[in-house]
Amino acid sequence: MTEHSTREHTSIERALRDGAPAGANGDHLAGDVGEPAVGGRAAEAARRLSERIAAQGLADVSYASVDSPLGTLLLAGTKRGLVRLAFPEESVDSVLERLARKVSPRIVEAPAPLDAVRRELEEYFEGRRERFELPLDWTLVGPFGRRVLGVTSQIPYGGVLSYGEVAADAGSPRASRAAGNALGANPIPIVVPCHRVLRSGGSLGGYGGGPRRKRWLLELEGAIRGDR
Amino acid sequence: MSAGPPPFQRFLDAQRDVVWRFLVSTVGSSEAEDCFQETFIAALRAYPRLRADSNMRAWVLTIAHRKALDSHRARARRALPVAELAAADARIAQSPTARDETLWEAVGELPARQRSAVVLRYVGDLPHRDIASAIGCSEEAAQRSLHEGLTKLRKVVEA
Repeated sequence: MTEHSTREHTSIERALRDGAPAGANGDHLAGDVGEPAVGGRAAEAARRLSERIAAQGLADVSYASVDSPLGTLLLAGTKRGLVRLAFPEESVDSVLERLARKVSPRIVEAPAPLDAVRRELEEYFEGRRERFELPLDWTLVGPFGRRVLGVTSQIPYGGVLSYGEVAADAGSPRASRAAGNALGANPIPIVVPCHRVLRSGGSLGGYGGGPRRKRWLLELEGAIRGDR
Repeated sequence: MSAGPPPFQRFLDAQRDVVWRFLVSTVGSSEAEDCFQETFIAALRAYPRLRADSNMRAWVLTIAHRKALDSHRARARRALPVAELAAADARIAQSPTARDETLWEAVGELPARQRSAVVLRYVGDLPHRDIASAIGCSEEAAQRSLHEGLTKLRKVVEA
């Protein structure tokens, strides 16, 4: 390849760089009303792809966001069940990155696999559901946390336990602080009702989603009375 | 501990535009969607084995290149009249300047290896080394294909 011929190619090179072919760049379709812009066409193709991947069971994790009275919640599910529910304060990226490390990087955004979860949550928030029946995936929870959250799952709607009681029921009566940590790390709040565990004096104690949400949930369930 | 790849959705978000442009440039608008889906589904299968520090763009464009070749072969087997296909592509490919249209039609008519080299270089913005590994040839051969492709394009455009 001579220096000369290389230089002569530059105008072609520039044209190739500037203009991907029509259909590849949105601005090249500017005259075409109704034709989505190209970032748009690639985005559309990508959305169809994610849904297809989820529908064919090729994804290990699907996620979607859902509006709720407590803000926009992020839901993530596996073939086993709901693996993660995150409040809006948590960064989506860090939630997804942890799922990629702990569960699988085959993660796609697809609402359909989470429809049942969304429906049960909706009923719960409307006060029409007292028990979640959806399957759960405990992959993100260690053995001790699994015992603590197992006990927590048994607390009925409208009921509460203290951290000490939960620790005792989990078989470690002296581990109420550790139980508190396990509850704070609950990857599936609301559905695994860690909001039903209070300090022994009756004060609310902490909550991953913040004390205001904890109070809101307990008032919804009638476990405490709203003092407004 | 070796870090695994980022969540697949993030990879898809980051690479979808370059893959789409590559495919529209090599197989045309009408075949791009199928190739796009097949490219990323193949990528998904191999995905967990990928390392976080891999060159994701080069990797996925390598897969896209193979899918584009498959598509060309399938198209050849179906033996659709070339003129009909070209007409269909041209209909979809409404570009504002006649020059660009001619250029990209000419890209579509290059032999497969030259076409991929040109598109990987200018649409995918890959260096020669990555083009070579995508096409499966030596760096020199990739450079040669690129040069031959550009020479043909210049003849067409300046004709």
